[in-house]
Amino acid sequence: MSRADEQSPTAQPGSPGEVAPGGGSAVDGTGREAGPAPRLAGGGWRAVFGYWFAVYKRIWRSTVISSFLAPLLYLAGMGYGLGALIDSGDRTAVPGVPYVAFVATGLVAAQAMMTASAETTYNVFGAIKWLHTYDAMLVTPLRVVDLVRGHLVYVLMRLTLVAGVFVGVALALRAMDGPLALAAVPAAVLGGLAFATPIYAFSATIDSEQGFNVLQRFIIMPLFLFSGTFFPLTQLPVALQVFGWVSPLTHTVALTRALGLGTDSALWLEPWRFAVHLAYLVLWAGVGYLLAVRGLRRRMVV
Amino acid sequence: MATTSTPTSRRALPFPVAMARPAALVERNLRAARHYWLTFVSGFFEPVFYLFAMGVGIGALVGSVEVAGREVPYAVFVAPAMMATSAMNGAVYDSTGNVFYKLKHSKLYRSVLSTPLRPWDIAVGEISWALLRGLIYSAAFLLVAAVAGFVPSWWALLAIPACTLIGLGFAAVGMAATTYMRSWNDMDYVQLAILPMFLFSATFYPLATYPPALQWVVQATPLYHGVDLVRALTMGDLHVGLLVHVAYLAAFSAFGLWATTRRIGKLLLT
Repeated sequence: MSRADEQSPTAQPGSPGEVAPGGGSAVDGTGREAGPAPRLAGGGWRAVFGYWFAVYKRIWRSTVISSFLAPLLYLAGMGYGLGALIDSGDRTAVPGVPYVAFVATGLVAAQAMMTASAETTYNVFGAIKWLHTYDAMLVTPLRVVDLVRGHLVYVLMRLTLVAGVFVGVALALRAMDGPLALAAVPAAVLGGLAFATPIYAFSATIDSEQGFNVLQRFIIMPLFLFSGTFFPLTQLPVALQVFGWVSPLTHTVALTRALGLGTDSALWLEPWRFAVHLAYLVLWAGVGYLLAVRGLRRRMVV
Repeated sequence: MATTSTPTSRRALPFPVAMARPAALVERNLRAARHYWLTFVSGFFEPVFYLFAMGVGIGALVGSVEVAGREVPYAVFVAPAMMATSAMNGAVYDSTGNVFYKLKHSKLYRSVLSTPLRPWDIAVGEISWALLRGLIYSAAFLLVAAVAGFVPSWWALLAIPACTLIGLGFAAVGMAATTYMRSWNDMDYVQLAILPMFLFSATFYPLATYPPALQWVVQATPLYHGVDLVRALTMGDLHVGLLVHVAYLAAFSAFGLWATTRRIGKLLLT
């Protein structure tokens, strides 16, 4: 759900009014680093990560609902409720897979997408335009690339947390099974990054936050619904299936579903398919990263 | 001098009987909407995406559902639920996030109250605006669902005013809740109320799926009454019991309007 329509709210979640102290500072003041000045310690992204982490420590309570509770409610409502309509006797949507397991293995990927999008939209735009956090950061020896990396490492942490908790609960509920299910966590995290970097690039280049409503309603929401999270893509008309396969979420879901259901299920993948899905996600994440750095540099420096 | 500037609390009649003062606020919002027309238009698509994902995608998995003694395709079952929930979502979205922004950041209502408008006018004006917006979305959604063949009865036209009633209730209560919010982070509690209703108010599967004890809980929520009312109308299944739904939603709305007026007065006039 997006925020107010009308104007830029000055105080966004994830950005408390005062500036939180950065974590490990890149400059230790001892002067041991005698190299070229802008590359002090080379660990600038750690300070940026420290900033976002310090913010998160203050506001984490308010993220509990959207990060942890909402996916579980979806699991209960869709998985068990709709599952009662869909599974009857031996008949299930996908042979041998209870609907709740189908949904759980899809939701973990969808939740990663939602988290990535939530963390790289208003937070980035706000740091550029409303709170000028990025201006402040760039006055220090930090480079643009540190800003992007530090933020992405923070997103990585959030994704791991969200996917880890969800997979843990799904395993406890027997909606996922087997030790391989744990590998669904890194798969979901990679899928999340495939969204985080392009959305970061988008946030770094737009002029008005109205773009986020469009992103949410025309990209994120349709992908949430039409990427095989709740029903197999093959149920759709062919034109929509093509659209579905462009979506990084479809590829993430294929991975998390294979891993979450285990080697015996009908949805297990041959090794080359694993490789294709992984490569596609890495491509999105990589290209997005380059665009994000370029976009932010043009916005902040040039 | 005996005259004071104490605001008289002479009330306008509830809309749409006497809209003169609240209408000024509606006009203001309409003018402001020109700057975010894209957002305005995009609001229509979310329920439509849901309709096709659920109706076509899930529908193929579910097959048919039994409602009021007859088997209907899943899309026919779920379309009215999407219509009712989008009326709720739209109204809540408008009356929480947007109103909070005006209350805390742009201080719009301070300026409004320095004109002849009173708290009651603000409550009525904002809620009317939310309803107007909801009305447009509901009508467009019904048209799309009808064209797709998901609406079997002409009584469905009555679903538009029914959705307006749902919107009225949620906009009024949502706005009252907004007056208690301290920061944007509190907006997440709104999700805590909305999401369970969206998922569990007999929206995606019939009430009979629940064990009897839970059925009572579901029937206590306002959205359940909205969904059941709209579903009965789109399927042409008219009976006296629908009046219970209408009465419930009307009481819910009245409570919200009363609470909002009280709170705005308390926050801004004292």
